[in-house]
Amino acid sequence: MTNETASLLLYDIPVASRFLLGTARYPSPAILAEAIRAAGAEIVTVSLRREAGASRAGESFWSLIRELGVRVLPNTAGCRTAKEAIATAQMARELFATDWIKLEVIGEEDTLQPDVFGLVDAARALADDGFSVFPYTTEDLVVAERLLDAGCRVLMPWAAPIGSGRGINNLFGLRALRAHFPDVPLIVDAGLGAPSQAAAVMELGFDAALLNTAVSRARDPVEMARAFALAIDAGRAAHVAGLMTPRDMAEPSTPVLGRAFDEGRK
Amino acid sequence: MNGESIEIEAPTLEKLLDELGYGDKTVATAVNQNFVRNKDRGETLLVEEDMVEIVTPRQGG
Repeated sequence: MTNETASLLLYDIPVASRFLLGTARYPSPAILAEAIRAAGAEIVTVSLRREAGASRAGESFWSLIRELGVRVLPNTAGCRTAKEAIATAQMARELFATDWIKLEVIGEEDTLQPDVFGLVDAARALADDGFSVFPYTTEDLVVAERLLDAGCRVLMPWAAPIGSGRGINNLFGLRALRAHFPDVPLIVDAGLGAPSQAAAVMELGFDAALLNTAVSRARDPVEMARAFALAIDAGRAAHVAGLMTPRDMAEPSTPVLGRAFDEGRK
Repeated sequence: MNGESIEIEAPTLEKLLDELGYGDKTVATAVNQNFVRNKDRGETLLVEEDMVEIVTPRQGG
């Protein structure tokens, strides 16, 4: 993204909506479908799970997503090693007929933070195998550099732990990442709990936001999807428009020159 | 299979899928954490202690 006003390019695919939405934990398939429409999302994340031979849950979910006409970004959620993540990505490519993969290699149970060593190893193997890798990573600059070296052309740093809704945990780190990689599409993934937090990451100049729980667990997921869509658009517009620089002291917004009762005042 | 120990008769992964009722379903497979392509299931022989994964599309974040 070198041109601020151009549409976002993700692995050479132009994307108009900067709101990527997860599909998990909605009250019903109908509400999920309505939330995706309300979000205006063009890209949704999906997963792979074990299923008994007699069940049809996976197939009915997949046909619902296909009917919506959105692009899917399969994830490797739950994988703890590069080997698991690589096999999961390969299964996802065959099942969903896409080489896009949201690469997750989880290294710690309480924070679900990435095992960045396994992440880089898996990213390299998958990029070499023709995948378009979207790595779920931290804001660490060195890890980001390694992921780019491994063949990633998009980075997905967390704002906060998955499902926490805490918003930006490390403002300095995210700012530094954006400044350090001005031409790499950066999608904030995980930890966004409120539309204001999504607006904040977009104001920082991030290219898109990916979230799930804040919408799916809301009292009204469809309305919350709409709220996030508005916030993400507003944050992006504000970034492009150029935000004012905060200052410590007041500066009058009304012109001072020519005011009434101004005798003798300097 | 999918984390459970089971006794099977099927000599190949393809036959196992039939035996377990996955015949016409859209699934992806791995044996011992190695992906097995759809077209390779007929030639993929199973031996004792093999760990088979059979997965389908599902909601995800």
